[in-house]
Amino acid sequence: MASPILMPALSPTMTEGTLARWVKKEGDTVRSGEVIAEIETDKATMEMEAAEDGVLGRILIADGTADIAVNTPIAVLLEEGEDASAADALDLSAKSSNTASPAEAAPAAASAQPASPQAPVAASTAHIAEPEWGETAEITVREALRDAMAAEMRRDEDVFLLGEEVAQYQGAYKVSQGLLDEFGDKRVLDMPITEHGFTGMAVGAALSGVKPIVEFMTMNFSLQAVDHIINSAAKTRYMSGGQMTCPIVFRGPNGAAARVGAQHSQCFASWYAHIPGLKVVAPWSAADAKGLLRAAIRDPNPVVVLENEILYGKKFPCPVDEDFVLPIGKAKIEREGKDVTLVAFSIMVGVALEAAEKLAEQGIDAEVINLRTLRPLDTETIINSVKKTNRIVSVEEGWPAAGIGSEICTVAVEQAFDWLDAPPARVCGLDIPLPYAANLEQLALPKPQWVVDAVLKQFGD
Amino acid sequence: MGSTTDVSSRQNGPALTQEEMERAYKNMLLVRRFEEKAGQLYGMGLIGGFCHLYIGQEAVVAGIGLAMKKGDRSITSYRDHGQMLVAGMTARGVMAELTGRSGGYSHGKGGSMHMFSKEQEFYGGHGIVGAQVALGTGLAFTSAYKHDGAVSIVYFGEGASNQGQVYESFNLAALLKLPCLYVIENNRYGMGTSVERSSASKDLSKNGAPWGIPSRKVDGMDVAAVYQAAQEGMEHCRSGKGPFLLEMETYRYRGHSMSDPAKYRQRSEVDEMRRTRDPIESLKAEMIKHGIDESFFKTVDTEVKATVKDAAEFAETSPEPDPSELWTDILVGE
Repeated sequence: MASPILMPALSPTMTEGTLARWVKKEGDTVRSGEVIAEIETDKATMEMEAAEDGVLGRILIADGTADIAVNTPIAVLLEEGEDASAADALDLSAKSSNTASPAEAAPAAASAQPASPQAPVAASTAHIAEPEWGETAEITVREALRDAMAAEMRRDEDVFLLGEEVAQYQGAYKVSQGLLDEFGDKRVLDMPITEHGFTGMAVGAALSGVKPIVEFMTMNFSLQAVDHIINSAAKTRYMSGGQMTCPIVFRGPNGAAARVGAQHSQCFASWYAHIPGLKVVAPWSAADAKGLLRAAIRDPNPVVVLENEILYGKKFPCPVDEDFVLPIGKAKIEREGKDVTLVAFSIMVGVALEAAEKLAEQGIDAEVINLRTLRPLDTETIINSVKKTNRIVSVEEGWPAAGIGSEICTVAVEQAFDWLDAPPARVCGLDIPLPYAANLEQLALPKPQWVVDAVLKQFGD
Repeated sequence: MGSTTDVSSRQNGPALTQEEMERAYKNMLLVRRFEEKAGQLYGMGLIGGFCHLYIGQEAVVAGIGLAMKKGDRSITSYRDHGQMLVAGMTARGVMAELTGRSGGYSHGKGGSMHMFSKEQEFYGGHGIVGAQVALGTGLAFTSAYKHDGAVSIVYFGEGASNQGQVYESFNLAALLKLPCLYVIENNRYGMGTSVERSSASKDLSKNGAPWGIPSRKVDGMDVAAVYQAAQEGMEHCRSGKGPFLLEMETYRYRGHSMSDPAKYRQRSEVDEMRRTRDPIESLKAEMIKHGIDESFFKTVDTEVKATVKDAAEFAETSPEPDPSELWTDILVGE
């Protein structure tokens, strides 16, 4: 049966093109895959191949014709033995398709285009009351992280730890101390120094049914693997229409340590918090570390756990209850106050608490929020606090541009503008690569006094 | 163990059984006709963005498909339609994903380059060149961890074979003795750059040698040779000896993607390959020699055409995804 040959779309953006030259002429026999014409697209001159066997019965558009819309009939293909008059019976009007040229499609599209559905309203976090966990013991953040991994590995055989020096060396920062002895080398695996490869391997393992914990010696090295964290782990569930699940934890010390220079001192909070498909937590205390890491390991999604090297050795009271775990997505008010809200995470929670003490000496009663989770952000706790205090200052170690503080201030302006008595303020690390020299390093990282100064400015001092 | 790299065609050994030939022929023809149809739908604007056709390389997936057992996993790059069809995914579901419709494997949210099937143990469909090699090594890790006896087939092109993570993966798979069959589909061109211009390594099958990964160079246009090599490689993997590497010498007839003018090679090179090395025509000739009746080919041709026509109709009529799909499948449990 005669069939029309249509002007093809030969690039993702092509809506019309030029028929540069017919390679075949009327009456020629063509085989599927044979070049029949040359088409100039918006990008290049392309060879157009026959899609089916047949005879080029009639050429409708001559050599050199420009501005031919995609899907315009350009020739008629006959079956072998068919008479050319069969072409007369064809409807040769241009077929409509998705690639109607923007000019003609635009007016209809403008009126027909449905509004994008709004993001589902985040579930209220108010009901997530933290239960009383009872008795506590003083442990270091390092021990809390180790205990969390050990507890979850006892609970679920599919959970295992891999990373550089996690097994025989007992952890570059001794976080995995004792795990090799308890769980053996099938579940605590030393990796060669190949973050890109072993992170990809771990993501592939997670997609196919196990639950890896990937330790980065520091989060700086996660940059080597960032493609797998974002493109492979975070996006695959969506791209698979919900078929694939990626239960994996990426953890390691984040931010500045002490005197290790620019390449080893960077906060990745806003990098990872930017990505849909990831959850991001940043513990401060030992209880945060244990409760959030346990929750991260249990979570069926990819979770980034941003730890802090300087906090590893700090002691905090931590619940001893075997079932202790914290919810992801819920901030904690570490200190109640009525005059200003200080929002911080990780090591900056301590800085904010110190600042609150100094402010108290000046008669300013600061509320301190420990975010605990950076994605999804517990905006409800932040906004409720701002509505009470009418002032907000974010505190982070990372850089100001597009940082977590930028997000917090935006949330405050968008959702509590009428309650604000002063512009929201950010305290951040200086916008420079972190220097090595002791004095310069000290000058670059936020201090309690920076927070005090930002608050006093809001009070007009 | 060293690599065996001097084998460019089928070794002595059992040829394909009649049943295997028939299965391979059906699969290759299905892939060929499916891809031709995809090319047409792209030309009509029904498929958008990038679309990378597998035409010419059919013997690779068909031969490996014959050697795969239930439970084996596979993963590949964005030139993925052939792998999916051979893995048992439906032509309808794949084509409807190409057209971005709700009936597609990813409900239209993945497209040509990002498709998956938990049921058929197919793990994508990856748009980042080389990423699937590390991920595929992880699929094999799961097998080793769970002792499930499966082999993971990890396809990548000769272009991807220059990526650093490929060698990180080789090292890991060899260290951990993972049941991973690496398959380099050397179709000679990484987009527009020939293998001679991109690889200092002159024999890609030896690229696993520093890690002691045994390998074979295979005539990837000969489905029987592919099958034979795949069997050997998979047996090696399944017996706990670690990874195996196959370099398939193959050829893609079409451009890198639909929008590739293919000025980097002579048309005569493509025509010569089609004329003398076509994997489907070669197998057909061999089958005829084995006395398989012409009626078989007619029947398969009709069946495959019907399947592809049905898939195209489904892909054109399946509704676009509901706008509410925007916000689903981002996280588990939300």
